[in-house]
Amino acid sequence: MTAMTGNTTGAIEQRTGSGPAQLEICGVTKAFPGCLANDNISFRIEPGEIHALLGENGAGKSTLVKMIYGVMQADSGDLLWEGNPVTIASPHDAREMGIGLVFQHFSLFETMTVLENIALAMNDVRDMAVLRQQVAEVEKTYGLPLDADRHVYTLSVGERQRIEIVRCLLQNPKLLILDEPTSVLTPQEVDKLFETLRRLANEGCAILYISHKLHEVKALCEHATVLRGGKVVATCDPRAETAKSMAEMMIGQKLVAPDRGVRPAPGDARLAVKNLSLVSDQQFGTDLKDISFSVRGGQILGVAGVAGNGQNELFQALAGETEIHGTPDCIILDKQPVADFGPRRRRRLGAAFVPEERNGHGAVPDMSLAENGFLTAFRRMALSARGLIREVPTRIFADSIIKTFDVRTTGNSAEAGSLSGGNLQKFIVGREIMQDPGVLVISQPTWGVDAGAASAIHQALLDLAAKGTAVLVISQDLDEIYAICDQVVVMAAGKMSAARNMADASIDEIGLLMGGLHDLGGETAPELNGGPK
Amino acid sequence: MIRLEPRRHHSQKMVYLSPLLAIVLTLISGAIIFAFMGKDPIEALYTFFIMPINNAYGIGELFVKGTPLVIIAIGLAMGFRANVWNIGAEGQLTMGAIFGGALALAFYDSTSVFLLPGMFVMAAIGGAFWGAIPAWLRTRFNANEILTSLMLTYVATLFLSYLVYGPWRNPEGFNFPESRAFPNAALLPIIYDGTRVHLGAVFALLIVAGGWVLLTKSVVGFQLRVVGQAPQAARHVGFRQKRMVWFTLLLSGGLSGLAGMFEVAGPIGQLQPSISPGYGFTAIIVAFLGRLHPIGILFAGLVISLTYLGGELAQISLGLPSAVTGLFQGILLFFLLGCDVLTKYRIRFGSASKSGEPA
Amino acid sequence: MDWIVPLILTVITASTPLLLSATGELITEKSGVLNLGVEGMMLIGAITGFAVTVSTGSAIIGIIAAAIAGMAIALIFAFLTLTLMANQVATGLALTIFGVGFSALVGSGFVGFAIEPLPSLHIPFISDIPVIGPILFGQDFLVYLSIFMVIASGWFLTKTRAGLILKAVGDSHESAHAIGYNVIGIRYMATLFGGAMSGLAGAYLSLVYTPMWAENMTAGRGWIALALVVFATWRPGRLLAGAYMFGCISVLQLHAQSAGINVPSQFMSMLPYLATVIVLVIISSDQTKIRLNAPACIGKAFRPAQ
Repeated sequence: MTAMTGNTTGAIEQRTGSGPAQLEICGVTKAFPGCLANDNISFRIEPGEIHALLGENGAGKSTLVKMIYGVMQADSGDLLWEGNPVTIASPHDAREMGIGLVFQHFSLFETMTVLENIALAMNDVRDMAVLRQQVAEVEKTYGLPLDADRHVYTLSVGERQRIEIVRCLLQNPKLLILDEPTSVLTPQEVDKLFETLRRLANEGCAILYISHKLHEVKALCEHATVLRGGKVVATCDPRAETAKSMAEMMIGQKLVAPDRGVRPAPGDARLAVKNLSLVSDQQFGTDLKDISFSVRGGQILGVAGVAGNGQNELFQALAGETEIHGTPDCIILDKQPVADFGPRRRRRLGAAFVPEERNGHGAVPDMSLAENGFLTAFRRMALSARGLIREVPTRIFADSIIKTFDVRTTGNSAEAGSLSGGNLQKFIVGREIMQDPGVLVISQPTWGVDAGAASAIHQALLDLAAKGTAVLVISQDLDEIYAICDQVVVMAAGKMSAARNMADASIDEIGLLMGGLHDLGGETAPELNGGPK
Repeated sequence: MIRLEPRRHHSQKMVYLSPLLAIVLTLISGAIIFAFMGKDPIEALYTFFIMPINNAYGIGELFVKGTPLVIIAIGLAMGFRANVWNIGAEGQLTMGAIFGGALALAFYDSTSVFLLPGMFVMAAIGGAFWGAIPAWLRTRFNANEILTSLMLTYVATLFLSYLVYGPWRNPEGFNFPESRAFPNAALLPIIYDGTRVHLGAVFALLIVAGGWVLLTKSVVGFQLRVVGQAPQAARHVGFRQKRMVWFTLLLSGGLSGLAGMFEVAGPIGQLQPSISPGYGFTAIIVAFLGRLHPIGILFAGLVISLTYLGGELAQISLGLPSAVTGLFQGILLFFLLGCDVLTKYRIRFGSASKSGEPA
Repeated sequence: MDWIVPLILTVITASTPLLLSATGELITEKSGVLNLGVEGMMLIGAITGFAVTVSTGSAIIGIIAAAIAGMAIALIFAFLTLTLMANQVATGLALTIFGVGFSALVGSGFVGFAIEPLPSLHIPFISDIPVIGPILFGQDFLVYLSIFMVIASGWFLTKTRAGLILKAVGDSHESAHAIGYNVIGIRYMATLFGGAMSGLAGAYLSLVYTPMWAENMTAGRGWIALALVVFATWRPGRLLAGAYMFGCISVLQLHAQSAGINVPSQFMSMLPYLATVIVLVIISSDQTKIRLNAPACIGKAFRPAQ
């Protein structure tokens, strides 16, 4: 472990403060079969403090939060609430004490109204009319507008998060926990959220802020506790750190920026989408409206945007999961109109696709890696003959992915579901890259993936582009888009902005586009490496 | 306190052991039930499970009853693998018998060697036709195939009843609700003298082999499994679910139809109102007991066939109602589904860690 | 016009078991559990109700026993699917196969017994009013119970907090668990309720409708009840209409024969089954409606992450 700035491992920072901490965590340990999720974790949160909890995926943040919120119980260790040891047996108890939690994956019910959703998370609701009144008051006080009678499935992600926050505020929390709250927000919405949080902190509410977005932590938090592998590895004052130094505390090694390598001059457009409109076939989906863009060989185009603004529908349309009949030339793959083709014909033409969800979409969790390799590659890699599976080449293909992409596993007969998120993602990305695609469409390439795997995947995408492949990266992580893309387009409400070169695109501008201000996106797409705007 | 702890890998050992465990648990429950009914459990179990097969004829009967069970279960298993729940095999069996029987009755004085092959084809068409209806309703209207295929079973049974009470009743049959006896050319030859084992048993083995290749070696079988286990992944790579619905329902319908024809052209020899003691439903148990795998189904078919024989014998020599068979089959399926948890989870006793929910 | 009142009375008798079991299944499904074993639970209810009534001489005790028996077998289903996470479709089928076998075994000792049918309500004068009297005020208490339960279920689902929680569990078990509801416990209760209602429905068949015991006497009514839940798009109000519509169809089939309509009886007997298929097709083709009303988690196993 590399020693970083901050205090030594596990030490509890003694702070000046009158009276006991709002919450003090003392030596909390929680083990799961085969994994020590939390190992002797200790830190304290003062009233009115905004405290960051940092760590990579799998560092143990969620487990700790679940114990504080009473969803599960610690194996050993204590929680002190206002100085007194407490047992938090259930979320009901937690709410009773004054702990509120804004979930990362919202705990909402799609087919119910906002008011019903709020009522479900309140401990005792006697009268819906009174609750309605209270909701209206909180909305006004904190500037969080909500229509109590709308059904959740009609709301944007930002509005959904507002429900979660209002739910918490209604119970006058003394400790508010937010788990990755900004991953679904535009930069402008993030600013508004921070305003609300600062105001709450000023009123004396303690806030535990969980994130891996370090510039946000730096802007908001006064203290940070860093977890890695279930242990507290550092504590620090984010205001005195850089995002890079905190990232290195999280991953325990030096950050290496991806190597962009030498790119060939961009070639012809290999993937072109022209006036693509599509009515979503999903239950609560977003319709695509008149989308046009193109990706050239050797180029990486990023699609930014808040989740749920049509990215899934766009991916499905590109991958052929949704076929579009009648207008075959709204998607063109290497000069061939393909919009009415299914996935197999598009893959035969040299396209490859990596969906966002690994388990059950990109891979079949209960099948072996060999079978999962066969899944998308059996035609291009000639793994079948006369309708039968060719066992040996299938295993060899899986082995070569495992070797080339350093997938940590017990072998090609391991079930895909037994791999960690990062390793499975490396296998899936590897499976597509090994097929030497002319066009690669990849959605959220490093979502829920550890830093090591993430940088390996970024590097692999850059290398692929360097070989002349057109790469489309759909991502809600702006840092990722800035790290690897040449150009960026932004999706909002099923529409897409014009492309702009990464170098010219400011965060503020992209944030406004993500919020749906499309009149700013009216310019024509600049040429890659073209003149100044 | 019992807890379940997820395994990191599915236990291969448990995949084989859990059906055996289920059988053992069923035997123990059986002993308890027999004791409860005032019979000596050991004697009853002996009568039920050993006596039926202690002679060549008995072993032959094992294959006679196993034949339709295995044939139907192979087809159903393909569907279950793809999450297509055809539970109307009994109706498809009936339609196969009607279609095959129609040919036999139309040429009731024929001696042509082509009659039997013709009946094979007709029976497969009849069963597949009855399977095609739920397939069409599911792919075209999204109607749940569980309910539609089951409803069509009642329709098929009533239709058979109409035929043998009405137009197809034997004109020389003293008004019994039966068709004419099939001509010899329409009967399946016996392959082992002194038993009732007929040509259908050979076909059952061929179908097992074919099913094994289809499921484990072929691209189509791979598609079936992907569609069943991860429909979204199937869609992602262009394995069409609707095509699998059609394929599995036509296949299982056709096989069930064949099984039905084997019954009427084999042990029964004519059409009558009841041509199956619920083979189409029992085959569901066979499919699960055989872990939806053709080789497993072969063994499972024989085990379940034994419960039929045991039930008959227990009725005669112990005076037990024949319904004991159905009870055993139901209990076996319960235990089997319960034991399946062992492949994915470990059972732990006591509360080692204070987990949130008792599992 | 003399035939009108008896006709309506038969329709009510034919509809009541469907209504009882479908109401139970609707609540079960709303919690996210798909129990395909309705037919098996009804059979077990039918034989238990009949056997206990014969043994004790009291139909009331028989009916209570039937409900308990339905719950007991639903408990097996719940244990397998909720605790051991077995496949709900397969377990439901197992329940039906077990129910057929078990009821036939127990019932083999009760074939041919006769019992006193369940007493009907009789309010002097009021029940004697022509037409309205016997129809509205001359039924046995299970008929009133079936109507009451369907109305109560509607009220429960739309007006009470407990109903809201039940729907929440069926809508997203992950969310419900995260905010602290005991998903498994709630599903156990909903499944047991469904079992009790199916047990009552079975008892109605063997104690009122026939009244006697015969093997497999439910004749697919459990499956029709399942189809009715889809037909009603999981709304109790429409269940009432659906159950009575099916009651009419099955009665018309009987009356058509006595009215001398010259169609072979087998074809008339096919009507309820064919009607079920047609109704399913009509309702299912409107996927939007199904999606908005069907519990999103139906049939999916849930295991709280530790």
